[in-house]
Amino acid sequence: MDSVGPQLRHAGLNLEDDPRESRHQVESDVFGFWIFLMSDAVIFALLFALYGTMLGARAGGPGPADEFKIGSAFVETLILLTSSFTFGMTSLCLKRDHKPQRLTLWLALTLLLGLAFLGMEIHDFVTMVSHGATASRSAFLSGFFVLVGVHGLHVTFGSLWILVMVAQVATLGRDAKVKINLIRLSLFWHFLDVIWVAIFSVVYLQGLIVPGGGS
Amino acid sequence: MTGPTITGFLLGSLSWGALPFVRAWREPNISEIIGAGAGSIVVIGAVVTIALITWLQAWEYLWTQWFTSLDHKKIGIMYIVIALVMLSRALIEAVLIRSQQAAAINGPGFVEPGHFAQLFSTHGSIMIFFMAMPFLTGMVNYVVPLQIGARDMAFPYLNSVGLWLTAGGSGLMMASLVVGEFSTGGWSGYPPYTELNFSGGPGPDYWIWAITLASIGSTTAGINIACTIYKFRAPGMTFLRMPLFCWTAVCTAILMIFAMPPLTVATALLAADRYLGTHFFTDDLGGNMMNYVNLFWLFGHPEVYIVVLPSFGVYSEVVSAFSSKELYGYKSLVIATMAIGVLSFTVWLHHFFTMGQSADINAVFGIATMAIAIPTGVKIYDWIFTMFRGEVRFTPPMVLSLAFMVTFVLGGFTGVILATPPLNYMVHNTLFVVAHFHNMLIPGTLYGLLAGYMYWFPKAFGFRLNERLGWISAGCWITGFYLAFFPLYVLGASGMARRTHEVFDPAFRPWLYVALFGAFVLFTALVTLFVQLFVSIRDRHANMVAVGDPWDARGLEWSVAAPPPEWNFAVIPQVESRDAFYWRKRNREAYKPVDHYQDIELPKPSACGVIVGLSAAACGFGLVWRIWWLVALFGAVVVATVIIRSFLRDVTRTIPAAEVEAFDRRWLAQAHYAKPVSRQREMSRRNEGLAEWTA
Repeated sequence: MDSVGPQLRHAGLNLEDDPRESRHQVESDVFGFWIFLMSDAVIFALLFALYGTMLGARAGGPGPADEFKIGSAFVETLILLTSSFTFGMTSLCLKRDHKPQRLTLWLALTLLLGLAFLGMEIHDFVTMVSHGATASRSAFLSGFFVLVGVHGLHVTFGSLWILVMVAQVATLGRDAKVKINLIRLSLFWHFLDVIWVAIFSVVYLQGLIVPGGGS
Repeated sequence: MTGPTITGFLLGSLSWGALPFVRAWREPNISEIIGAGAGSIVVIGAVVTIALITWLQAWEYLWTQWFTSLDHKKIGIMYIVIALVMLSRALIEAVLIRSQQAAAINGPGFVEPGHFAQLFSTHGSIMIFFMAMPFLTGMVNYVVPLQIGARDMAFPYLNSVGLWLTAGGSGLMMASLVVGEFSTGGWSGYPPYTELNFSGGPGPDYWIWAITLASIGSTTAGINIACTIYKFRAPGMTFLRMPLFCWTAVCTAILMIFAMPPLTVATALLAADRYLGTHFFTDDLGGNMMNYVNLFWLFGHPEVYIVVLPSFGVYSEVVSAFSSKELYGYKSLVIATMAIGVLSFTVWLHHFFTMGQSADINAVFGIATMAIAIPTGVKIYDWIFTMFRGEVRFTPPMVLSLAFMVTFVLGGFTGVILATPPLNYMVHNTLFVVAHFHNMLIPGTLYGLLAGYMYWFPKAFGFRLNERLGWISAGCWITGFYLAFFPLYVLGASGMARRTHEVFDPAFRPWLYVALFGAFVLFTALVTLFVQLFVSIRDRHANMVAVGDPWDARGLEWSVAAPPPEWNFAVIPQVESRDAFYWRKRNREAYKPVDHYQDIELPKPSACGVIVGLSAAACGFGLVWRIWWLVALFGAVVVATVIIRSFLRDVTRTIPAAEVEAFDRRWLAQAHYAKPVSRQREMSRRNEGLAEWTA
């Protein structure tokens, strides 16, 4: 593990036994996914910008202070951060531990946390809708539901992906492609975590510190 | 009561009135009959194509060799086929637009206002998203791996998905002619006009979903192209040894990666407004249409460079090859390309100077816009100096390149006029703007793509295109452009608004007639292009260039057979310099057998791309007509296909070394027995694809 060879370029990946070509393939596959994440990050950046411009556009409807529950958002943050940790453990298992059970266990735990996050988020949304704070009430709420909802959709997609990977580890073992896909999934999952930290700060904390949401 | 509910469930908001034939029957006027005629052309065209393929028993061949192929060359060719089909439709629409305006001087003309609005909306949407984008993506797909010494793109399967998403989007555009109607909101689809309140029909939905499929397809293409160029260059092919076309391709790819998301966000949020009742761009409850305008042009301006830069790459290749000179100022061209890429993100606001920003903001964006003229000017000088004292041959691609240089500079001048906010206010929303952007995009994109098509055609198919018809076509494209669009400068400066259905100033008449004549000349250019293709296929045996280097050209793509084998290179070449193949020829090192052939691994054909693309289109159709079971069904098919594909492991096949060797030796024997052709005679039948190198 002290040698600095191509097999160490991607933390969490053991490809020492594989031929050079597949290492090259890993490099481009993971690189391509980074590019995709950049593109996805642009989407979130734009949604954040839109949310910012719409913060004041409440049309007499409820604002952040009326509807956001910082406690619930805080718990959701903790859950998602923990799920990043458990995915980190998955990556370590991928690299160090050759027994498939533990890897699957960490993956399953990550999935569970992802689902718990989604459950809480949906509960928050339903509560808001029951107050009449729906996406069609005002531009501000449209911006809120789409920004947070698109992140939620990503988490849903990530959860489905975890499920697929659990099935792949079970049926295909840990061949190079499964490993590459797990690396990409880990990038995706951590990326969602980073986006959530931004949502927590920009949407929830900002809503808290400015009484009535400012403007 | 169950009857209507079941039909409602099965067919959503579809009804008989959605069919243009029924509308023409109910209200037989010339506008509806044109609509029904266009619908019939689509239906008859589809039926004839299917019948022809069945009659030729070509289904299996097409399915196994083309549709499911993951070979970057075949995917590239299919992209260009889509582009040419869509070019034909959009150009016919352009002729109709010009005819209407020429006929509607102090009268209603022959097309109804709503129909006219559909014509200019589809014309613009198709020319950008389904002509320029597939054309350039196809060309990059075909050429770049060959130029950098790679066997395929980085992600062959994703490549196929992107192709079929584009095909699906084109299908939706075509479906809008037969079922329902298209948006009347222009190619930019500005809300609040395109919101439900003002455009309740399926039109804007067709626009939204067709564009969304195309923009997702382009994002995947961008990722693929960038990754291929970054990671799959042959050994020794450093960045500064790449042909300039690769530089423009990588720059376009970067722009696609960053500029397509704003479009996806804009169309998705407009869809949210229309389907979910949100208020992003509505005119009530806090909606703000300026957000849409900013998002759209945040995409829209880089898009201009997405479609222009690959053509700049083509010109660089063509001018250098047909002047038999090294590209002048290679590094300055690289820097200029990247500078344009960066600047393209800093000017989007010049598309709406009149929409309420302060004068200071307008000034900043106006100056940034003018700054783009600097790197572009550098390029023009570089191409001119490349030709200087070169052995210039006026082949059709070269004629198009020369016409580009002159015409594009003229368009650039009017661009500087438009970049000046006070002047921009004067000609805002007039035909002056229409004249300007056609003046940039026809030479800047279309001429380049056509030049590339004629330049690389012999490489892709093994025979030259008929030059005589090439010149006629190029001549028509050039004169047609001047006749059709220079009158629009006059009309625009005189105050004629764009997208006008009726004209009330008789003084405009002569200019409109000239423009109409120009449109017919452009149509002739298109017909000639197809005649050229037909004649060239008919006479192909006399014009074979199987050895693969008909123009004594420079890049690695010319160092292999024409058409190239599926694996491109028998062994991955080692690159020592820029213009590697040119110098290899001069050093008598080209056409040498390889010491040791090896097995080559290539991707197997896959139906997944076809299924994903077409299912996504079916999903889009369901969304347009609110047929929810269709949406759910085909949405599930897309997800399931992607998941199932991820479980497959037997996705590559191996070409045995013996097969590679047999092909390579046969080709080398051809090269050995071929008679070299001099540059002066390269347009004659003596050209077998082996250049007489004289240096």
